[in-house]
Amino acid sequence: MKLKNKDVLGIKELTAGEIESILDTASDMKKIVQSPSKKAHYLRGKSVVTLFYENSTRTRVSFELAGKYMSADTVNVTAAGSSVQKGESLLDTGRTLDAMGTDIIVIRHSMAGAPHLLAKHVKASVINAGDGMHEHPTQALLDMFTIRERFGGFKGLKVAIIGDIYHSRVARSNIIGLCKMGAEPVIYGPATLIPVDFEKIGAVIAPTLNDALKGADVVIALRVQLERQKKALFPSQAEYAKFFGVNYENIEFAGKNVLLMHPGPVNRGVELTSDVVDSDNSAINEQVTNGVAIRMALLYMLVGRE
Amino acid sequence: MKIFIKNGVVANKRECKKMNILVEDGIITRIEQGLSAQAEEVIDAAGCYVLPGLVDAHCHLRDPGFEYKEDIISGTRSAAMGGFTSVACMANTNPAADNKAVIGYITDKARRHGAVNVFPIGAMTKGLKGEELAEIGEMKQAGIVGVSDDGYSVENSAVMKKVMQYANMFGVSIICHSEDSRLAEGGSINEGALSTMMGLRGIPKACEEIMIARDLVLSEYLNIPVHICHVSTALGVELIRNAKQRGVQVTAETCPHYFTLTEKACEGYNTLAKMNPPLRTDKDVEAIINGLCDGTIDIIATDHAPHHKDEKDVEFDKAAFGIVGFETALPLAYTALVKTGFLDIRQLVEKMCINPSAMLKIDKGELKEGKTADITIFNAEEKYTIDITKFVSKSNNSPFHGYPVYGKVMATIIGGRIVVKDGKLNI
Repeated sequence: MKLKNKDVLGIKELTAGEIESILDTASDMKKIVQSPSKKAHYLRGKSVVTLFYENSTRTRVSFELAGKYMSADTVNVTAAGSSVQKGESLLDTGRTLDAMGTDIIVIRHSMAGAPHLLAKHVKASVINAGDGMHEHPTQALLDMFTIRERFGGFKGLKVAIIGDIYHSRVARSNIIGLCKMGAEPVIYGPATLIPVDFEKIGAVIAPTLNDALKGADVVIALRVQLERQKKALFPSQAEYAKFFGVNYENIEFAGKNVLLMHPGPVNRGVELTSDVVDSDNSAINEQVTNGVAIRMALLYMLVGRE
Repeated sequence: MKIFIKNGVVANKRECKKMNILVEDGIITRIEQGLSAQAEEVIDAAGCYVLPGLVDAHCHLRDPGFEYKEDIISGTRSAAMGGFTSVACMANTNPAADNKAVIGYITDKARRHGAVNVFPIGAMTKGLKGEELAEIGEMKQAGIVGVSDDGYSVENSAVMKKVMQYANMFGVSIICHSEDSRLAEGGSINEGALSTMMGLRGIPKACEEIMIARDLVLSEYLNIPVHICHVSTALGVELIRNAKQRGVQVTAETCPHYFTLTEKACEGYNTLAKMNPPLRTDKDVEAIINGLCDGTIDIIATDHAPHHKDEKDVEFDKAAFGIVGFETALPLAYTALVKTGFLDIRQLVEKMCINPSAMLKIDKGELKEGKTADITIFNAEEKYTIDITKFVSKSNNSPFHGYPVYGKVMATIIGGRIVVKDGKLNI
């Protein structure tokens, strides 16, 4: 199945049906990832450029591997080592990649809406690999994939999302997607890190951390973006860990089979204690595997052939 | 030279009736019902309003320093196309208009090459930095009518107090860009559900309201008149309304975009709708219109803020704040306020001619025998959609492309010179 739109800019633009078929396709792709000979030919003769204006390990590598596992030609461009350093505008960079015959541009950018701007001006398909505080659709898809693998579906699942909601594109995309699929996202974090009118996106704001965790089927802890700490949005890491961190005691409020996720990289001892990170409930490494499968599914559904 | 304007409906402060006007050597010599006269230039204004030339209390001509966006020639031509005959230009040029040399450059270039009357506004503080008083006395001698650090806020209240005290001595208007920019924290759109959804940092309404409140309190404390720029929020209007009731000497302005658009115009990361203060919500639009109706808001200004295409075809966060406004202000105001019955044409003349002249203390804004012939002829019934590609301004950063409006400026006469004729530039 092909996707309806040229680009994957956000979960907002996808229907529940499209999300289901992306997850279905990813199930097949996961078999390739886990097979001894990781090579399919769906993208032979296609080119994928990852254009990263922000640092990343797992997202960039998993897009690159996703392309390579399907025989695409992949190229990585990072802002630091490109004409961006010479002051080239996003649109000019995009047009340049377009002129080279790129089929898919995967972009990560610190500013919300940058992929949307690019998509409007290039022939290539654009995949948003995270734009500012806006969306991170592939992360939400891999999270939903991980949830569906465990629970078989989404209806009525309580998903607690804990931490820095304000800066989190992961939270936005997950909440939009989970609501579309019938799950019930609940959020909790310091009031200084909850954006205004957030409930209008569809999430309920829990009054306490324990309320958020109580009976949760899934807990997604968000990374504390320490690089933003210069703005003093909370007093200290120690205080954050004490009042907003998920640890072995408070995770007890969630169900015994709670699925614990984190988009990575983890600040151990801040948003999650190490014992929780390394517990049997943790799906953090599984998420990474699933991330490759999801990205393969999207590349395939945008430009792949049968 | 004589110009005879016949068959138009003359809309003045107190009356609005069919009268003919004779202009001789740049001066209005007669305004009479049924007047007939011989003239070299006869303008048949049948079906049109004949208005005092519009006065814009707030614009950016970008000259010196940003001539790639606009300059005094293109900007004043754009103003004339919009029916403006006098404009007050802000000081955030490069170098900043914070000294008599830059003010002298502006007045000189405007006098020689400008299509309309230009009244410069000088900076309040050196380099618009909000720290030290600019040479307001010298700038007054060079021709400023007011002071403002518009584009930036004077955050330090002690500095603002000194600005008010000092500028008031020289009789120049004190024009406040009221914004607590630290609270804005690099935001680029109104803070609310939309900013959250779009993942953009928000500019809370409180940014504006806190500083409006401060400027009103200082004005009341010092008993010095102030003018509040570009009011965009409901509470901002309410604060000014309360202050006026207490007798504070305050005037306030808003711009057409604040009573015609909401933050929704930014959807899809439309940088053409990015401005400061940002577009707000339906509730604010309603409050702005109420404020215009009950006289809380005295003035409709353009905040004409040209930017080059390259400064708008970028990521939303990177895009420049501001929109052009000269060539859309009158039709937008007429369509949104007069056509809908909120104001009558005389009240629109107050907001766009009389009150801005009074605030700037300039002898403009009225059609009267013996006065300089600054006249705008406006065909209020012509219906069309705005085409930003047709602007005379060097820039066309406007969110109003394709917007349906009523009202076209047919002629603009400045000091007896017909600068716009039959809706076209006549220079």
